[in-house]
This record gives sequence, C-alpha cells and structure tokens, in this order.
Amino acid sequence: MVSERPKVQFETLTVHFGEHIALKDVTLDLRPNEILGIIGPAGSGKTTLLRALNRTLELTRDARIEGKVQLDGEDVYRAPSLPALRRRIGMVAPLPVGLPMSIYDNVAFAPRMAGVRSKTTLDGLVETCLVQAALWDEVKDRLADLGTKLSGGQQQRLTIARALSHEPEVLCLDEFSIAIDPVTTMRIEEVLKELSRRISILLVTNLVQQARRLAHRTAFLLMGELVEVGPTEGLFGRNPSDSRTFDYVHGMFG
Amino acid sequence: MAVFDSSDGARRRHFTQSIARSVFAGMTILLILPVVAIIGLLVVRGAPALSAEFLFSAPMRGMTAGGIWPAIVGTMWLVGVSLAVAAPIGVLAAVYLNEYARDGWITRIVHLAIVNLAGVPSIVHALFGVGAFVLFLSLGTSILSASLTLAIMTLPVIIASTKEALAAVPMPFREACWNVGATRWQTIRHVVLPNSVAGILTGVILQVSRAAGETAPILFTGAAFFLPHLPQSVNDQCMALSMHLFTLSTQVPNVPPQMTYGTALVLLGLVLTVNATSIVIRSRLRRKRRW
Repeated sequence: MVSERPKVQFETLTVHFGEHIALKDVTLDLRPNEILGIIGPAGSGKTTLLRALNRTLELTRDARIEGKVQLDGEDVYRAPSLPALRRRIGMVAPLPVGLPMSIYDNVAFAPRMAGVRSKTTLDGLVETCLVQAALWDEVKDRLADLGTKLSGGQQQRLTIARALSHEPEVLCLDEFSIAIDPVTTMRIEEVLKELSRRISILLVTNLVQQARRLAHRTAFLLMGELVEVGPTEGLFGRNPSDSRTFDYVHGMFG
Repeated sequence: MAVFDSSDGARRRHFTQSIARSVFAGMTILLILPVVAIIGLLVVRGAPALSAEFLFSAPMRGMTAGGIWPAIVGTMWLVGVSLAVAAPIGVLAAVYLNEYARDGWITRIVHLAIVNLAGVPSIVHALFGVGAFVLFLSLGTSILSASLTLAIMTLPVIIASTKEALAAVPMPFREACWNVGATRWQTIRHVVLPNSVAGILTGVILQVSRAAGETAPILFTGAAFFLPHLPQSVNDQCMALSMHLFTLSTQVPNVPPQMTYGTALVLLGLVLTVNATSIVIRSRLRRKRRW
C-alpha cells in the first residue's frame, strides 16, 4: 500500500473564479481502490475539486486553474483527448439529469459514443449499470420510456447508472443521495463498497455520517482550503488534528 | 362582522378592474381588426378574379388581361434559391456560434452584428445586392443576384432564430453528455439537434414567407417588369408576385381592379400557407417535447 502510486493526485491546486478563490493550494491523493470522502460546508470547493479532475471546470467562464491534477501519474491538463479522459472518470452531479431519450438509451449512450455497437453487449451493460444504481427493478419493464419523465430520485440513480456505463476507473459522486430515500441510499452505498474493490471513488457529501460509513479516508475542506485529510476514524474520533474538523463533524459549526 | 359584504371600496375596485379589462381587450380587438379587414377586402375583391386561367397563364395585352403564372413561378425560384443558400449557411453558423464558439468579445461583436443586420431596411440590402452581385460579381440582373440578395437579407434572422432554438435545449443535457466522454459533435448530433430541429425549421420557414413578400431587394437585382416566358436557369430574370403587384397597382394604366386584388390574394395565400406550416410544426414540437 505504501509504495502504490496514487490513482489521482491533486498538487497545489488553486482555482479562481474571477476575483473569487474557490480552491487554495490543495494537495490531495486518491489511492487505488479507495473511497475518499470529501466533506465541508457549502462553498468550500468540493464540487470544484471534482470538476477540475474531469476538466469540465474550464467550461465555466473566468475559471483559472493553477497547479497540477494527475490521473495515473499523467497530467490531465495535457491529456491529448478530452473525451478519452472523461471516459475514465464517472461523474455524478448533484442535480439529476435524465437525457431526453429513453431510459435504455440514457445508459447505452456513453458506450455507443465510444463505438460499442453489439446489441448483446449493450443490453448486458445497461442491465448491470441499472442494477448497480438500484434502479433496475423499477424500470426493467419500461426501458423505452423517456429518462426525463422519471421522478427526481430515479433520475438521480439513472445519472449514476450512466456514470458507470463507460466503466470508469475513478467514480466521482457529488451529493448523490440528496434526492434518494434512505433505503435506496443504503443499497447504493453497498454497491459503492463493492465497486471500490475495482475502482477508486471520490465521494463528496454533505452527510458527514455517509462519509463515516463509506470512506476509508476523509478530507475536510473549508473555504477552499484543505483543513486535513486522514483515515476516517481519526477524523471522526476525539482528536482530529484540527479543532475545526472536530467542530464540523460534530455539528458545532456556524 | 361581514367581511365579504361589498363596501364602497370593494365596488370601486371592481369598477376599476372592469375598466382595465376593457381597455386591454379593446387594444387586442384594434390589433385584429386590420388583419380581418385586409383579408376580407382581398377575398371579396380578389376572389372573382381567381380562375385556372388567371393562375396558369401569362399576362396579356399590356398586363390588363391574362394571368400571373410567370410571377408565381418566379417567386418560387427566388424563394427556393435564396433558401438553398441562406438556410444551410445560417443554420451551420448558428450551430457554431451557439455550440462551439467561446463566449468572448469576438463572439459578442458577431452577435451584435447579426442582431443589427437583422434590422437593416430591405432597400439597403437591395442596394448592396446591386453593388455586390449585379455589378461586382457581374452576375447581372438575374434570379441568382436577386436570390443572393434575399439570402443576405434573411440570413441574420435565420441565424438568430436558430441560435434561439439551440439555446432552448438546457445546458445540463450537454454537460451530462460531456461528462460521459461524448465529443461536442456527438452531443450536438444526438442531443442538441434532435431536440431543436422543429424550432430551427420554424424559424427558417418564417423567412420563406418574408422572402416571398419582399419587393425592394429584387426590384433592381433580378425581378422583371414583364416576361412572357418562364425562366430557364438562375441566370435568367423572372417575374415575381410582389413585384407584379407593385407593377399592376402603380405602373400600368387600365388594369381591372380585381386582377390587382387577385394577385394580392394569391401572394397572401402563399405566405399564410407557409406560415401555417410553421405553426403546425411548432405545435408538433410542443406535443413531442421530451422533457
């Protein structure tokens, strides 16, 4: 474990939006097969961190990015192909987005765009991903229905299925459970644990208990600064190295 | 206490409310009246002129008899050729501006230019057409010159309406596609265009009716006063309904009035048919809305 190269490496990452600093000098690793929880109040730069990884951040006007982000030791900002980079990273945004096409097509979209044509392959992939996203049972009889007509929570799980459909090496989850009921959330959390045997997961969450349940290590961001990162137990224990962490995870903030 | 009893105040408010309502309704009626009057007048006065002979024969005896067939055919040529030029250029440019171009100062200037170009009076386009196509490119007065002039006139509006149709597709759809590794083109091809094509078509079709009705841009560039034969290629001149109407009503003596009204009725019918098509497409779009 010690000598293993990090899967993802943020190195002195600083992000400005115009005058506003969203991330300040953040250095953080995601290890292979690890679930790294990222907690922190709203506006602390959690989402920005994820978007810096799959390079959707630069779509925002005025975003200025300094520092380095590496995936498997390669600088993502020198990636020869953006689509190829983004296929390696699954991204689940906090607002559910069903694409205006059938449920089946929503999940088959990414593999098709990457050139998969075989119907059997696609069928299998669609089922696997929907099962993993805990949506299969609810939609298996109406895969031809529009993805946009699903309920909010279902669209959120559809988004998760879509993020898994291109078999990413790193899965980024940004508040994936805000629209999902607790029971379904638990089912997805089980899947995430299972997935972490194969892939690495960045889990941004507002629910500190969710980080506690799932994350091997947890990072605490505050106003764009990385306050501390360490084994989850330590962060949630009696003596995290920074008192602000203690206040936050024990709900004594603001 | 009887809260709902009508007091003086309540009655006064009720009175004010009915006055406001009447004023707004009155303005709406004022708006509809001229349209109804125009259509009514044209139908009553022009309908007697309509006949197969009127529609399908050429003007005769110094335009005081015969029909308007060359003008109908000419209008179709002009509209067809101008559309064939303006629609692809306009739609592709709009896709570029909305989907590819970064939101910088150049894009903003281009956008500003397009909006202003759309407001340029058609006679100015006409003079540009004479200078650019008839004289500079030596295309002469021809269907080609006239159509290109019409194309220049309709282009900015096609670009603007297409951009609007594209922008109506929500941004999160695009981001979701990019997130799973789709290229910009794949996103446009599979998500943006399928969900905006009806809006794009509506915008283009509305420009067809505008091109059919304009007189100034074709006046000096390709429309003929009188041509007994039909155009054979884009290098010929042609008659056009709008131009013919202008000619009949101001340039030729002793034209039976029902011929003038008949010509106007045909032109109006043509434009309304085209507009109706666009309304049908738009309502289809609403029914097929996928989000």
